Amino acid sequence: MTDAQLDAATSAALDGLLLSMADDEFVIGFSDSEWTGIAPILEEDIAMSSIAQDELGHAKALYELLAGVRADGRDADAIAYDREPDAYRHARLVDRGRGDWAMTIARRFLYDTADAARLASIGEGWLPLAELVGKIRREERYHVMHALVWADRLARAGGEARSRFVAALEELAPDAPTVLVAPDGEAALLAAGILTRPFADAAAGWRMEVAGILGPLGITLALDAPVGRATARTSHSDDFRWLHGEFTSVRRSDPEAVW
Amino acid sequence: MSPLAAGPAPDVDAVREVLRGVADPEIPTVSIVDLGMVERIEVGPNGIEVELLPTFVGCPAQEIIRDAVIQALAPLGRPAIVGFSFRVPWTSDRITPAGRARLAATGFAPPAEPADVRCPYCRSGRVAMDSAFGPTQCRSLFYCRDCRQPFEAFKPV
Repeated sequence: MTDAQLDAATSAALDGLLLSMADDEFVIGFSDSEWTGIAPILEEDIAMSSIAQDELGHAKALYELLAGVRADGRDADAIAYDREPDAYRHARLVDRGRGDWAMTIARRFLYDTADAARLASIGEGWLPLAELVGKIRREERYHVMHALVWADRLARAGGEARSRFVAALEELAPDAPTVLVAPDGEAALLAAGILTRPFADAAAGWRMEVAGILGPLGITLALDAPVGRATARTSHSDDFRWLHGEFTSVRRSDPEAVW
Repeated sequence: MSPLAAGPAPDVDAVREVLRGVADPEIPTVSIVDLGMVERIEVGPNGIEVELLPTFVGCPAQEIIRDAVIQALAPLGRPAIVGFSFRVPWTSDRITPAGRARLAATGFAPPAEPADVRCPYCRSGRVAMDSAFGPTQCRSLFYCRDCRQPFEAFKPV
């Protein structure tokens, strides 16, 4: 289906879906990039840098699709950088500051598993997104593996590693379901085949998957409907305002800068 | 015919032959053709169209590769329209047998599931993955227990 064939309601819903997916990848990518140079071990310094690079690449590709849908002359960089903090639509799960290593791994574990459930819900209804998601899923597989290895390692380590990891999971649990809050216009996206299932179904599968991983590690998390569903993607923290100042600093100092 | 055109139109094979001379910016021994990045070549009235597949969505070498392709095709005397797409996902099994051999000769294990990775130096199978993530998005870190050499292997995607 081409852009021209999308009706106004579907096009608006697609705009919101693309923006939320892109902003999630963009914000967690920038947060993770803060580990470059200071991760606990060298391999993880490289891994977090590589994962961050993947996420920023996914964000860029999604912003490019969005720029095409909007066709208002603003390119991917303009969408990514030329907004006030309140106009970002990332999920509250990725809105907090980087935190310590336990917090980073807990957030990556919850995000990567939820994101995989979201990506598995994208259908063939709008081919540019379907094709991109087909490619992205091959890369995200490595992120999920990385998160699972570290979740297992920290949980089984006992002592401070385990207690800090469990505390981080419990702190993030109320925000974790924000990734899979139904997008505006979900019915239109389902009717167009852009989504193959409601996000509520994806969230149910995700909760079972997380329980299946954490249960054997002796960890139980409450991952029911998120607290503050209505503001899951609109209320942002001071941590995010700080990060926004960081990631827009080059663009603000030289809007014509090229990479 | 485009006013920019000079001489007869090159055929697709000639274009592909030129692209065999465009190397991956990080691994100069392997061409983008051998890496399986060239999905489509079309010679039409508007010029030479080349559709490339990025190995990873966010690979920062895309611009460099695009520029190198345009430069390599310039002597053919027609405008080159070079774009990246996700129409077909690039997968590691698109690397040609010659490409795999050149990767190994350069010290990179060609893509394989971790259990099947062999040391590119001594061909031992007694290798261990240190980390799935290496210095670029497309490579992992391995260590050979026989020749005690760390090496990089292409990620299977």
